[in-house]
Amino acid sequence: MKQTGNDQQGLYRPEFEHDSCGVGFITNINGHKSHQTVSDALTILESMEHRGACGCDPETGDGAGILMQLPHEFLMEECIALDIHLAEPGYYGAGNFFFPKEITAKEACRSVIVNAAEKLGLPFLGFRKVPVNPSVVGPTALAVEPDVEQVFIGRPANLVSVEDFERKLYVLRRLITKSVADIVANGSDFYITSLSARVMGYKGQLTTYQLRQYYLDLQDTRLTSAFGMVHSRFSTNTFPSWKLAQPFRFMAHNGEINTLTGNLNWFYAGIRSYASSFFSAEELEIVLPVIDKNQSDSACLDNVVEVLVHTGRSLPHVMMMLVPEAWDGNEAMDPLKKAFYEFHATMMEPWDGPAALTFTDGKQIGALLDRNGLRPLRYATTSDNRVIVASEAGALPVDEKLITQKGRLQPGKMLLMDIVEGKIITDDEIKTKIASSQPYAEWLENYKIKIEELPEPRVAFTNLSKDAVHKYHQVFGYTREDIETIIKPMAVDGKEPIGSMGTDVPLAVLSDRPQHLSSYFKQFFAQVTNPPIDPIRERMVMSLATFIGSNGNLFDEDKMHCHCVALQQPVLTNTELEKLRSIDTGMFNAKTLQTYFKADGQAGSLQQGLERLCRYAEDAVNDGFEVIILSDRALDSQHAPIPSLLAVSAVHHHLIRKGYRGQVGLVVEAGDVWEVHHFACLLGFGATAINPYLALETIHALKEEGQLETSLEFKYLSKNYIKSVCDGLLKIFSKMGISTLQSYQGAQIFEILGISKAVVDKYFYGAVTRIEGLGLDEIAKETLFKHKNGFINKVPALLAEGGIYQWKRRGEAHLFNPQTVHLLQQATKTGDYSVYKNYARVINEQDEKKYTLRGLFDFAHHRESVPLEEVEPASAIMKRFATGAMSFGSISHEAHSTLAIAMNRIGGRSNTGEGGEDEMRYELLPNGDSMRSSIKQVASGRFGVTSYYLTNADELQIKMAQGAKPGEGGQLPGDKVDPWIAKVRHSTPGVGLISPPPHHDIYSIEDLAQLIFDLKNANRAARINVKLVSKAGVGTIAAGVAKAHADVILIAGYDGGTGASPISSIKHAGLPWELGLAEAHQTLVRNQLRSRVVLQTDGQLKTGRDIAIATLLGAEEWGVATAALVAGGCIMMRKCHLNTCPVGVATQDPELRKLFSGKPEHIVNLFNFLAEELREIMADLGFRTINEMVGKAQFLKVRENNLHWKTRTLDLSAVLYPVTNPNKAQTLYNSESQDHGMANIIDWQLVEHAKQALESKTPVFGSFNVKNTDRTIGTVLSNEVTKIYKAAGLPDNTINYKFVGSAGQSFGAFATKGLSFELEGEGNDYVGKGLSGARLAVYPSADSSLVPEDNIIIGNVALYGATSGELFVRGQAGERFAVRNSGATAVVEGVGDHGCEYMTGGRALILGKTGRNFAAGMSGGIAWIYDADGTFAENCNPEMVDLDPLTGEDEEQITALLRKHIQLTQSHLALFLLSNWNQESGKFIKVFPKEYKKVLQHAQFQPAN
Amino acid sequence: MGKVTGFKEYARELPGKRPVEERVNDYNEFVGLFSDEKLNQQSARCMNCGVPFCHNGCPLGNIIPEFNDAVYKEKWEDAYRILSSTNNFPEFTGRICPAPCESACVLGINKPAVAIEEIEKHIIEIAYQKGLVIEKAPLIRTGKTVAVIGGGPAGMAAAAQLNKVGHTVTLFERDEKIGGLLRFGIPDFKLEKWVVERRVKLMEEAGIIIKTGVEVGKDILADELLKSFDAVVLAGGSTIPRNLNVPGRELKGVYFAMEFLKQNNKRVSGIPYSEEDILSTDKDVVVIGGGDTGSDCVGTSNRHKAKSITQFELMPVPPKDRTEAMPWPTYPMLLKTTTSHEEGCTRMWGVNTKEFLGDANGELRALKIVDVEWETDVFGRPVKFKEVEGSERELPAQRAYLAMGFLHPQKQGLLEQLGVELDERGNVKAKEGQYKTSVDKVFAAGDMRRGQSLVVWAISEGREAARRVDLFLMGTTALESKDAESMYAF
Repeated sequence: MKQTGNDQQGLYRPEFEHDSCGVGFITNINGHKSHQTVSDALTILESMEHRGACGCDPETGDGAGILMQLPHEFLMEECIALDIHLAEPGYYGAGNFFFPKEITAKEACRSVIVNAAEKLGLPFLGFRKVPVNPSVVGPTALAVEPDVEQVFIGRPANLVSVEDFERKLYVLRRLITKSVADIVANGSDFYITSLSARVMGYKGQLTTYQLRQYYLDLQDTRLTSAFGMVHSRFSTNTFPSWKLAQPFRFMAHNGEINTLTGNLNWFYAGIRSYASSFFSAEELEIVLPVIDKNQSDSACLDNVVEVLVHTGRSLPHVMMMLVPEAWDGNEAMDPLKKAFYEFHATMMEPWDGPAALTFTDGKQIGALLDRNGLRPLRYATTSDNRVIVASEAGALPVDEKLITQKGRLQPGKMLLMDIVEGKIITDDEIKTKIASSQPYAEWLENYKIKIEELPEPRVAFTNLSKDAVHKYHQVFGYTREDIETIIKPMAVDGKEPIGSMGTDVPLAVLSDRPQHLSSYFKQFFAQVTNPPIDPIRERMVMSLATFIGSNGNLFDEDKMHCHCVALQQPVLTNTELEKLRSIDTGMFNAKTLQTYFKADGQAGSLQQGLERLCRYAEDAVNDGFEVIILSDRALDSQHAPIPSLLAVSAVHHHLIRKGYRGQVGLVVEAGDVWEVHHFACLLGFGATAINPYLALETIHALKEEGQLETSLEFKYLSKNYIKSVCDGLLKIFSKMGISTLQSYQGAQIFEILGISKAVVDKYFYGAVTRIEGLGLDEIAKETLFKHKNGFINKVPALLAEGGIYQWKRRGEAHLFNPQTVHLLQQATKTGDYSVYKNYARVINEQDEKKYTLRGLFDFAHHRESVPLEEVEPASAIMKRFATGAMSFGSISHEAHSTLAIAMNRIGGRSNTGEGGEDEMRYELLPNGDSMRSSIKQVASGRFGVTSYYLTNADELQIKMAQGAKPGEGGQLPGDKVDPWIAKVRHSTPGVGLISPPPHHDIYSIEDLAQLIFDLKNANRAARINVKLVSKAGVGTIAAGVAKAHADVILIAGYDGGTGASPISSIKHAGLPWELGLAEAHQTLVRNQLRSRVVLQTDGQLKTGRDIAIATLLGAEEWGVATAALVAGGCIMMRKCHLNTCPVGVATQDPELRKLFSGKPEHIVNLFNFLAEELREIMADLGFRTINEMVGKAQFLKVRENNLHWKTRTLDLSAVLYPVTNPNKAQTLYNSESQDHGMANIIDWQLVEHAKQALESKTPVFGSFNVKNTDRTIGTVLSNEVTKIYKAAGLPDNTINYKFVGSAGQSFGAFATKGLSFELEGEGNDYVGKGLSGARLAVYPSADSSLVPEDNIIIGNVALYGATSGELFVRGQAGERFAVRNSGATAVVEGVGDHGCEYMTGGRALILGKTGRNFAAGMSGGIAWIYDADGTFAENCNPEMVDLDPLTGEDEEQITALLRKHIQLTQSHLALFLLSNWNQESGKFIKVFPKEYKKVLQHAQFQPAN
Repeated sequence: MGKVTGFKEYARELPGKRPVEERVNDYNEFVGLFSDEKLNQQSARCMNCGVPFCHNGCPLGNIIPEFNDAVYKEKWEDAYRILSSTNNFPEFTGRICPAPCESACVLGINKPAVAIEEIEKHIIEIAYQKGLVIEKAPLIRTGKTVAVIGGGPAGMAAAAQLNKVGHTVTLFERDEKIGGLLRFGIPDFKLEKWVVERRVKLMEEAGIIIKTGVEVGKDILADELLKSFDAVVLAGGSTIPRNLNVPGRELKGVYFAMEFLKQNNKRVSGIPYSEEDILSTDKDVVVIGGGDTGSDCVGTSNRHKAKSITQFELMPVPPKDRTEAMPWPTYPMLLKTTTSHEEGCTRMWGVNTKEFLGDANGELRALKIVDVEWETDVFGRPVKFKEVEGSERELPAQRAYLAMGFLHPQKQGLLEQLGVELDERGNVKAKEGQYKTSVDKVFAAGDMRRGQSLVVWAISEGREAARRVDLFLMGTTALESKDAESMYAF
């Protein structure tokens, strides 16, 4: 169904849209219906307004809705007036329908409904117009407001149960929807909110407050329900859409399905096998394909839930199938449950991604969290039989006395209420029941095939001869670099190689070196709308398990489902492959197909080869094979191998189209697979398992020739290699936030750059390709180029160099090469503009060789030129420049401060990078220069992010991703953390530091909005900049970020430099900025958000021409990093990660730092040159100011001499699509400021009340009532303290405030020294985030009768990035307590999963249970655990920590903390422990990071300094 | 890369040389070899740069980081394979190349450069020692015939490359032996002639037909040449020396450097010659010209036991270190003290010779010289000179060798007969990278095309031209180029 205004224009695609949100429900456990429950549900919704969003028009929300029981009494009364007679509940169905307003279309829809009901034999009862109040709705939503009417359908007598009736209603809904789409013109607004005998939903494109006001029914006290499930939507778009609002028919979803494409494909893949006894063939025909096109991920999930429920599974069962817990490798899991999950894994992959799901079928209502617990869900039960569940605690004010339990949903867990039976069913209870409904374990035991147990192969594998290896290398395009830089380290060290300084080689489609097909595929990565995962520290949620064989009939449950080959990981050794090739269980066989095409260079040859292959594959399925092996081994001089990626994807999609794919496993035996990215592409496009025979053979040959510096035998080398492939795969999945291989398979998590739409639509169906590119014949040509090399007598017989990671004359071209580096350094050193122009000419004139997309552009003149003098001066333009975010640590102090001085001299901005900044740089130098970086970066590691740091910024940049390794974290090994770096990063010298892949306070767009709010509170004078990396869909993300109130959005290119990054990430993840910037600009303009934000871009910007193009594509500010470093002496060693930079730029080695020769003048010269060149272009094009130039893409055109056979296939019109301004008032550049919503925050009262403290350090006291909408309490106050008292803050206990109630998110964020806050009640997520010296105490309400230590009191991610201060919590905290704490001290009475993750300093005293994976990545600080029942060890991740007994010193510290805890929170538990110290002290465990211990021990032997 | 921190740990060192007093008594090479340990350390200094400027600085495109790494790991076969993939004659360049690669070495920004040239020499000598240097005649001949005119490094390289891909190559040389300046210009003490012979032998084994003592254009006329061969490569070098046309030039005792050096090389190799002996023994020698040929005259004269040796250079003394005008990584014109200078000679800069003065017998007696003053540009580069008034004086000398470079190839004979177009400097006109002359199927390479230059450039041109010839003959080529070969070309 097409949505108004959602058509594809320029680079924007509707499918890029994301949403996220707040969810919640309230239910009466006994099924008692009341209007109060409905009203309470709406109140919950309204308390989550800040989790939703509104766009350019503040009155238009992104969507809100409620799902409740069918309000029978109300409907019956209403219908009487309409002369519609409703039977008893269960004997009729009803639902809210959206009709097009246009009368003909509306009538047509109405008759479709009547006819469809008749066709299915269901009595049509009538329509009821739903009374609404359109005056409350914003103009944008109003413009597309549908007519809402209720439809009533009777239950015919032949349907004996409500379930059967629900099924029929489902078929009816499908039939109506399909028929409207088929036959009603202008029917695209038609939508069925729900149609059920049990539930009914009201929703629309509304804000949370509007829902109640808009639907008059909801205000009617006769309308009752036992539950109300609500949802508030925050979408990255603002295009009007009523039907995208949630809840859907069975569920509401807060989160994101990362693997949607794959899930949909797999669902369609099995369609031929689908059959159900609950549906007739005709009915099934109506129901299929089940999932509607062009809807959100959540809506798709709802469709699948629905069909699985209607085909006979219970709702909780279905939820367990779709969103399973992390079972693979979980030794502690009940075997029964594990068998359930494994059995279901053989037929369906997880719908993977962060998710808080609420669901109901009208009888049961429940909630479920994803395996990683990445969305918050808090709940409370009351003595009056209510259960309240919501994204935030305190969403519905409840008398504390009534509360019987406060909890949070844990990762992978389910909470279920059966309102028919009137009880709460625990996670354990329901899962055990479902897991025992069939003998799953027995089925697995008997039918699952284990590869290691298969008989020896019938045919033995033989090694390729040395000459053959060489020939194969040539044919598949291996280079010396591939072997040296990639394969060798993988085999010898078992690790993926690391590189630095980004990439400046041409995109695959621009390169004149023969490319691997997968080089056209760019990995997607998580950014803002979902978090990446740490595959190392959070390995427990990751899985590489997969199954080869048939998926079977999804609508059925049969033991033969699991008759397939189980693999621990997808890389097959030669022996394993041969076993598989020979497999014969009596009902399970494999077929090998050769993937070749005729190497005659004729047009169509490759297509013929593919068609033959697909035909054979289809035959193989029809002939009953369960496995197809696609092999390219049998190549010869006349027949070239089809690139394996193309072969696999072609067969995969062919079989999906035929509905056969689910019946076979696709195994690839290919020579052109050696680096991790190759494996990822194959898996992403449908391969089940891969045998990289030539890569393995290469290792074998290297070993035989003595080319490897190791004594390891081949067996171990190949094991290493496979291990590094697996680790690399996990990293690639986790970049996108995907946890399991099964979900990744076929998920097509790539954007294709440079392959034609025709090829993609046929062979890579559903993948994104936006600039056209090679057709099949061009792909064949490139393949044959390599093939030919293998069959001519090449002398001497060296493989090609590669030259991707290092410049080589015969290798790939680089923009920074000996000539350009020299010219740039010469120009900036001498200040000679003519030398600069020579440099710029070499870079700009991409005539012979193309390097970049912008190299294909030319300026188009539409105006008279203007005299150069009339163009705004370079001095003004230079203020728009920034340097890149490079941390002190990745580059030397000398290089870092030289950049800062230069930028301060020109009024531009330098960036701290993520490593903090030495406070001494805030003071001016004697000559008036300043080393202070204007931009302070806030990255996932939060190193050195204190109130003082934030206060000293003109701009705060949230790094969501970085170009060189989007979706990944980083690691600074201990030996690089010298005392200076440690001081700046608030860590311990010698102790390693880890930056997590995600910001642990940003798992979704509404979380980002929260962090922006936090930072704005921390320094309201600073612009908030959100750094994104270019990718398909970055435009919609940018729109979301603009709606989250960022002031600046930076779109970084994929090619940017970095200290260290896996080389596959440098090359294969992210897109050029040209695409991302153009998409962001286009989308922001379309959404009328452009004028609210500054758009900035960076990524290998090297010349004024680059900057002119960036400006025309929409950027009004620009970042230049690599070129600035080169001007400062960098000679592109690409050895930053080795600390051996010979020119003192990227090293901390004191000897090498002395060799730094850069001067601020050199860098100033560079920026001056860039600005001057830009001015010349402006004058030529007729622009006097930058502002008038921004976003005028029509001043660009594609070069006329673009004649090369590869590049001429490109179509860049989408990039150059000139967006028109839909609203005259809106400018194409930033011209208005964001409303940060700070006008009415509680902090103004706090500041006012603290006047005396601020002026004279006089202690002040105060008490304030708070609710969950009072967010980020104390942060503005801290900013005010810091402005005056700098890092030192105020004396202890100067500002003493007590808060009563449920505090909103980020209570006490960045709170500084001298603040002492008490919170009586409860906190939400991020309590004490970035704590900078304050003391926080949280304890339950005095009215509460709960046992504090058994109940949750604060949410997730408390103390994230705290540097100092104290937190005392009487009660339990959620997941990731004290994550990345580097100095704060905390006492808490229990924590969730991943406690103290990545902690580098501080102390955590935990007086209760911890969740799983405690201390993952913890390199410093100490945690003490009161392990009363001796179960702690199994929950601890022992990789980096020792579990030690207490020392005397520990005991002293613990008892002191206990005393303080009692004093501040009146903790009974602490009192008990202190009183029984002698007997309880033995139950404490000290969690002592190994590295930290070593450093401390070492320090003990050092003389005191 | 061999060793990540090698450049920090080891200083640049070169192999020892025989002492001056000893080496001036013979014509043997005097530069020794590294010990295994030293060779390893020197190769460890290579940083395997992200942008290996050395690899760009080398006219051959030698893949220096890769062979340094192989040397560090003692992978001799690899080292040889990498080196020989870009250079047919490393044993020559390893000895006599001025090493522009080292000028471009990144380590050279703030430390002495990696000893690339020595490492190159070691690789090839070790390869010979280990029997890795094998040249086999190609199995299949293409049936195409190519004439290469001129047996200098450019012609040798072209012949070797063309032979490798199966063409039948005839290498014509008018001298008694091939090698060009390597054979007859460079003295034995810098390049012993067995080194050249060793290579020539390999080329013959590989099936290259070498015809010495044949002057094409005289013994074989151009028409016949064109008729007999499918392609011709002109690699005759730049042979016409720059003269000093001042009064007294005709005096006995005034020679072109090449007359002096060539005769001496023949003498050392025992090749008979018919001219009168040119010896520096007991003479006051003046070498005019401050380049490498001049140095060779100095070294040879020392071995002749000259009474005194003075070397003139018109230009002012060059700086010792890089200046702004010659920044890294360009090849700087610095004050260079060659091994021949070490052996003794007086060096004079900014000196112009006004006249050769003779005695009654018409023999050189002295030079009339004058000091000159140079005007410089903003970068300090000399642009114009004038004589210093009153500085004119006589300098006694009985021998004067003119080492002032070469002007262009010999036009008379082959070039005239072929009628190839010449460029404004009198060299054969052919575009670099294409090497095709104005005459169909005739190509040109080396100094004959480029003008006088380095041996390393000659080899490079020979290789690249060969590749073009192969492409011309076959429509496709498997020969490597030093630069990336675009896929678009096919």
